Amino acid sequence: MAKRVELDSLSCFYGKFRAVDDVSMTIEPKSVTAFIGPSGCGKSTVLRSLNRMHEVTPGARVEGRVLLDEEDIYAPDVDAVNVRRTIGMVFQRPNPFPTMSIFDNVASGLRLNGVRNKAVLEESVERSLRGANLWEEVKDRLKKPGAGLSGGQQQRLCIARAIAVQPAVLLMDEPCSALDPISTLAIEDLINELKDEFTIIIVTHNMQQATRVSDVTAFFTIAGTGQPGKLIEMDTTSKIFSNPGEKRTEDYVTGRFG
Amino acid sequence: MTSTAPAAPGRSRLLQERRTVPDRGFRVLVIAAAYVVLAILAGIAIFLVLKAVPALHKDTANFFTTFAWNPDNTPAQFGIGVLAYGTLVTALLALVIAIPVALGVALFIAYYAPRALAQPLGYLVDLLAAVPSIVYGFWGLLFLRPYSAGLQTWVARYFSWTHVLGTSTGTVGQSFFLAGTVLAVMILPIVAAISREIFLQVPQTQREAALALGATKWEMIKWSALPYARSGIASAAVLGFGRALGETIAVAIVLSTNYELVSKLLSPGGNTIAANIALTYSDAGQVGTGALIASGLVLFVITLVVNLVARAIARQSTPAGSVV
Ligand SMILES: Nc1ncnc2c1ncn2[C@@H]1O[C@H](COP(=O)(O)OP(=O)(O)OP(=O)(O)O)[C@@H](O)[C@H]1O
Ligand SMILES: [Mg+2]
Repeated sequence: MAKRVELDSLSCFYGKFRAVDDVSMTIEPKSVTAFIGPSGCGKSTVLRSLNRMHEVTPGARVEGRVLLDEEDIYAPDVDAVNVRRTIGMVFQRPNPFPTMSIFDNVASGLRLNGVRNKAVLEESVERSLRGANLWEEVKDRLKKPGAGLSGGQQQRLCIARAIAVQPAVLLMDEPCSALDPISTLAIEDLINELKDEFTIIIVTHNMQQATRVSDVTAFFTIAGTGQPGKLIEMDTTSKIFSNPGEKRTEDYVTGRFG
Repeated sequence: MTSTAPAAPGRSRLLQERRTVPDRGFRVLVIAAAYVVLAILAGIAIFLVLKAVPALHKDTANFFTTFAWNPDNTPAQFGIGVLAYGTLVTALLALVIAIPVALGVALFIAYYAPRALAQPLGYLVDLLAAVPSIVYGFWGLLFLRPYSAGLQTWVARYFSWTHVLGTSTGTVGQSFFLAGTVLAVMILPIVAAISREIFLQVPQTQREAALALGATKWEMIKWSALPYARSGIASAAVLGFGRALGETIAVAIVLSTNYELVSKLLSPGGNTIAANIALTYSDAGQVGTGALIASGLVLFVITLVVNLVARAIARQSTPAGSVV
């Protein structure tokens, strides 16, 4: 079940350093939202705060609230482990479990959730691999290690692993930056299909990619090194790229960013 | 045509002489060092063989199958059986005890301890390796033996049906079990330190792969850390095993040695190659000395094989093709 994500005055810290300052936004279910902005402006940090992966870094913490359909994922009685089982994540570099087979990689999230029934596992693995457009390529070697696939296949395997548990939201941090153009297109097509089922948030440095895959774009920037990153504006992708409200956004999307 | 660097007239820059002098000098040095090590090793082996062969000729029993050690009797009768058996049993026992503890310590330091605690704890474990082995020997004899007697008696009473966990004399004490425990403490630091380093090297991408799926810390360790560290832990274990095989003085102190085939681990008695050499060398006659050297040769070979195994395991390290 896709869910709405709402950031309410979210600030992110690494120790004493305020990396992201006071971000508020609403992300609608079954939409694709792109985070864009210059390097170091805090896109990854915000993304990782949305499934509580931010706090895995020693000393890292957040202020503010993140609501998942009205439920605050940072409420004191909420366990980060449960948040991560509800909000999936795909990383910049494909990171399948190298010693696990393709099947076990995809089944890993389900097994964490206590699914043991073999028929159920087989059915979900096939559905997820089909969903990630990888089924045809791997159906004859499900027992082989996931590390034996190409980079693009590994990334689709990671997407299959993330969607196997039917997450409410899927977070992707530059999922194509380590891939060739053909694998990139394959994943972009996949994102377009996945948004029928999931709320998707994707960080990208590729403007064309943002225009191709996203419905809404959020532009972040940073005033200078040591300064916190800020959300400048968020609007429909067509508006951001054709007629943004802010001069800074226009400079960035047209490539005049200094 | 003008050339930027002064080249010999008529010669392309590509064909100029190679600048190999410093390179060659370093090469010679490195090769020399390697050969020195080989020469020392060969020297030891030759010395052991030369000293051992005359004694082995005097042996009226089969050296490899005999379970007795009477080299200075006439006729001389001795075999490596009892000693090799005791050496392997104590070292294995040490490994069985040390590995879980070492892994626990390493995992705790790498993943669970707050940073303020992790580092001092790491130093403490490393410090265990700096304690002289004779201290471990006396610690085992004077502290561990009396304080573990209750436990040993209890185990012997309720588990003697397993045979292995029993005692044949009705008493417990200076047994393989005690020696194995002391050896376990001695090899703990090396196994724990290597495992800890490997756990700290588990790539962040791998750890986050598990955590982002909603793995708890233990599940992350099971799925990301242990598979990554498996071969490293195995070679750490084999290194620890090698150390336990060769440990001399601590075992010589804690074991009340005899030349019997002790199959019950809690029974006093038994012997190891290294301990036997330390304890009997000063009283040994001519054949006895040669026999001890022959036993040393066997230990040398066992240790060599163990280290080769450790190397082989370390070489097939992380699975090929993994993204790290
Ligand atoms: N583990 C960390 N410890 C301390 N500071 C960090 C850490 N990770 C990121 N930062 C800082 O937080 C700020 C935001 O970083 P972040 O990685 O979120 O940027 P980004 O927008 O994702 O950049 P990029 O486009 O290069 O990926 C930067 O100033 C960065 O130096
Ligand atoms: Mg980033």
